[in-house]
Amino acid sequence: MKKMKGSEMVISALEKEQATIVFGYPGGAVLPLYDSLYDSSIQHYLSRHEQGAVHAADGYARSTGKPGVVFATSGPGATNLVTGIATAYMDSVPLVIFTGQVGSGAIGTDAFQEADITGITIPITKHNFLVNSAQELPKIIKEAFHLASTGRNGPVLIDLPKDIQDEIGEFDYPEKVDIQGYKPTIEGHPGQITRAVKMIKKAQKPLIIGGGGIIRSGASEHLYKLVEESQIPVCLTLMGLGGFPGDHPLFLGMLGMHGTRAANYAVMETDLIIAVGMRFDDRVTGHLPSFGANANVIHIDVDPAEIGKNIQVDIPIVGDVSLVLKRMLKNFNPGDTSEWLQKVKEWKEEDRKFVNCESPEAVKTPEIIKTIFNKTEDRETVIATDVGQHQMWTAQHFCFSRPRTLLSSGGLGTMGYGFPASIGAQVGKPDATVFCITGDGSFQMNIQELATAAHYQLPVKIMIINNSFLGMVRQWQELFFNRRYSSTSLAGNPDFCKVAEAYGVPGKRVSQVDEMESAIDWALSTEGPVVVEFVVETEDNVFPMVAPNRPLNEIIDKRGTK
Amino acid sequence: MKHVLAVLVENKPGVLARIAGLFSRRGFNIDSLAVGETLDPNISRMTITVTGDSSTLEQVVKQLNKLVNVIKISNVTEDPAVIRELMLIKVQADPQTRSDIQQIVETFRGKVVDVSLDSLVIEITGDEEKLEAIKILLQHFGIREVVRTGKVAILRGSKTTREGYGGLVD
Repeated sequence: MKKMKGSEMVISALEKEQATIVFGYPGGAVLPLYDSLYDSSIQHYLSRHEQGAVHAADGYARSTGKPGVVFATSGPGATNLVTGIATAYMDSVPLVIFTGQVGSGAIGTDAFQEADITGITIPITKHNFLVNSAQELPKIIKEAFHLASTGRNGPVLIDLPKDIQDEIGEFDYPEKVDIQGYKPTIEGHPGQITRAVKMIKKAQKPLIIGGGGIIRSGASEHLYKLVEESQIPVCLTLMGLGGFPGDHPLFLGMLGMHGTRAANYAVMETDLIIAVGMRFDDRVTGHLPSFGANANVIHIDVDPAEIGKNIQVDIPIVGDVSLVLKRMLKNFNPGDTSEWLQKVKEWKEEDRKFVNCESPEAVKTPEIIKTIFNKTEDRETVIATDVGQHQMWTAQHFCFSRPRTLLSSGGLGTMGYGFPASIGAQVGKPDATVFCITGDGSFQMNIQELATAAHYQLPVKIMIINNSFLGMVRQWQELFFNRRYSSTSLAGNPDFCKVAEAYGVPGKRVSQVDEMESAIDWALSTEGPVVVEFVVETEDNVFPMVAPNRPLNEIIDKRGTK
Repeated sequence: MKHVLAVLVENKPGVLARIAGLFSRRGFNIDSLAVGETLDPNISRMTITVTGDSSTLEQVVKQLNKLVNVIKISNVTEDPAVIRELMLIKVQADPQTRSDIQQIVETFRGKVVDVSLDSLVIEITGDEEKLEAIKILLQHFGIREVVRTGKVAILRGSKTTREGYGGLVD
């Protein structure tokens, strides 16, 4: 057994876990760790703010499926991670985060750059550890990776006092993990699966609702087979987009607040909801009592706490979504859905009729999104979004067909997520064309990461939808607060192209419709990171929309309430 | 409704904060909480009494189960269990009232554990009803202070709370 310092153990453990990429930011309490990193095989990406590092690790994890690793120092370094950790927690993203901590002897004395980060992150991590000795470090790191990437994935934080990083111990990396209080149920109960199959057979108007669990568990193929075999229509949550081909005739689109008519009407009429790896978030359900009011519910999820949390469930199946779907397919015996499909088809037709074409001379975000899609269809493309109108337009108009191609903060709704996430995705998928679709508000929340993209020449295509407003908040003020635009104007925005150029990133501004296509072509053919700023209509709205806590069939569009 | 939970947890620093935090985040007020080591010194046992509706409690229990340091949770509210709490009461007592108080204490099978010129400290063990009953009686003499341990619970019969978990014995 090899003797080594605690900081060297971290590096050796990362090598054992084949986690060779780290996003981070150094500081006083991680000096030993960064010293051990200096001549290791680990590739470290220096962000320009800790939040950038943790979102990048998140984007890396979401796009590759591998846990993202983060280093940050104690105190402010650690607290700067909090938003990113919460983002990953809400969307079940596997992260292993190492924070430096003041020396063991100084803990609890309000020492310089001391913050109780294990205390702070209890509600937003799957688990966290404060390391007491170098000896226990290998076991802790092994457990951290195991916890982060099994069951319902999530972030795990390891707080590493400075003296422990220097402490010598024996590096004995465990082969296996056995955590007494952690035994996730992976296999679905066979009896429940049989009951579910029977219930599906009997249903007249069944509907599958897929969520992020489809992506996380790699269940897309099984879902595809199930749909093909059963002829049951599918809708997806924001987190589920990409889990099923967006151009499939049985795909109804996204459901919920900015969902399609087809998806939302189907929810209101269905007699059986088959919920697969989704958690009935309020943005998905709208008014809860009317959500699927006529339906039985089969709920498949790896997290038992999600079952029965928001919605009464008739057949709960706790288990890995992929495994459960596979089992279901084994003795599947579908019913006849042809009548139901006819109805669904009519709704899809209604969606098609609803097109934005009022002011063709203005640059419209849906058109930008569709153009990006058309021009990248033959490429491996990953889209990271920020949060707001551009995010919903992307979800509505980009035809996602492969898992792990949309990276978006669904649960926490973190502005500033998209750009660093796109950096992480580009690191994880160097051959993919990675877009960051962002807004003028969101982009400025982590604009400093332009330096990271420039420094490592990561060829992220940054598309800024600039409407000089916090667009989604303004939309709500317009619809629900009598157009009182309280503090949502972003007058005072910088010249984004000049900012980009100052970082060595070329930029182009688009303000006319006829410039749009060529600008996107330019972005695609330019090496390295690029910025395209689209100056769009200031007061455009995302439709269709369902007001918060309203039934999903109360759809608002441009022509007023329907 | 009142619920009594028996929770087996790893005996590590910070575990109590994780558990207590979960209750407060879900809007539950903990009525009482008692913690102590089990036969296995690596494992502690908490007995938690909370008031709330069953569906919220179900969610809290599921969330508790997700905590890595939590080994097992049993809701013993409905199970046949022995539930006890210890209470120390400091009550005003002069030579005239002392014997009356002592009589009450004997009836309740309590003990006088401290005597001073103008007060008595009484130790009493029992379930909630019993403790409330003696408190009401002693109020008549003037209670100066009350200290309670919180409830502890153990299942009746040979079954243990941890059964099914690696054959460990409580």
